[in-house]
Amino acid sequence: MPNGKWSAARLGASRALTIPGMVLFGSFFGFGAFTRAAGLDAGQSLFVTITVFALPGQVVLVDQIAGNAGLLAAAVAVTLTAIRLMPMTVAIMPVLRGPRTPLWWQVALSHFVAVTVWIEAMRRLPDFDRELRIPYYLGIAMTLWPICMSATLAGYYIAGGVPVPVSAALLMLTPLYFLLSMMTAARERVDWLAIVAGFCLGPVFYTYAPGLDLLWTGLAGGTLAYLLGRLKRGSGEAA
Amino acid sequence: MTAFGSGWWPYLFILVAGFAATDFWRFLGVFLSARIDEASEILRWVRAVSTALVAGLVARLIVFPVGDLAAASDVARLGAVAIGLAVYFTVRRSMLAGILAGEVALLAIVWLAPG
Repeated sequence: MPNGKWSAARLGASRALTIPGMVLFGSFFGFGAFTRAAGLDAGQSLFVTITVFALPGQVVLVDQIAGNAGLLAAAVAVTLTAIRLMPMTVAIMPVLRGPRTPLWWQVALSHFVAVTVWIEAMRRLPDFDRELRIPYYLGIAMTLWPICMSATLAGYYIAGGVPVPVSAALLMLTPLYFLLSMMTAARERVDWLAIVAGFCLGPVFYTYAPGLDLLWTGLAGGTLAYLLGRLKRGSGEAA
Repeated sequence: MTAFGSGWWPYLFILVAGFAATDFWRFLGVFLSARIDEASEILRWVRAVSTALVAGLVARLIVFPVGDLAAASDVARLGAVAIGLAVYFTVRRSMLAGILAGEVALLAIVWLAPG
């Protein structure tokens, strides 16, 4: 366990430099390549990664730009992909903040709530002393953010020379990493139930309710998992 | 000069349709979390909802791929996940081993059985 704020931040940074950093580099490399094909310049492409910092929304935004969509249409499409960040932020903030963390600071910290940072932070934060949690989180975020920026630029400038199977493999990195890291982070039965329920319901809702599918998947799958987990907990305590 | 144009307009476009459209939900999450305690029952539920939501996103990325991943067949994508999971659970739940195995499986199936 780290014994100070800097050592907690360093620990976060060193964990971010392993698998999450490699996976994000690969994913954002693919994104950089995509922005070039879509007609953005390098500065615009980098600006998207800095200000949005959530890959699905970035891909949708650039796809809208490529299709000459209007500002309102693009904003609506992007915002639909970002709704998922709201429950994730609600879940992480009570774990992350201390009793005196000011609101503006929590708002600033929330910019880094994206799946990778969220997963990496959520799996270890509960083990940390409360005053070391924000430094650990920032250690992860301040490492992954620049990695994503460099990868965007690298993908932008190197793009075009990558064969389709390699590009497919880069796109496969994200779901594989998300899936395995959620399994690694699972602590209780309810976590496993939520993973299985979400995985099975995701394609169903995408087919029948595209647009808000992730929100419905989360609400239906998560509530089901929560109730089943609670049932088990209840019977376990009674026995 | 690119298709998206130059000057300040593309940056304003990204700020509104990208940054504001995304961070609105993050900021809303901060405000909604204000009264929620770490040990509360409602947080257990919120955590289950967000876990299921991310799992749903994973399934969507695999079952309905975008970009060049769509060029890989269903067999290649689902096979890669199955092999990745099998190796992950066999090799003492190693994420690195699972991811590498899944990637190798995807490339192998794409090259051995294209289309």
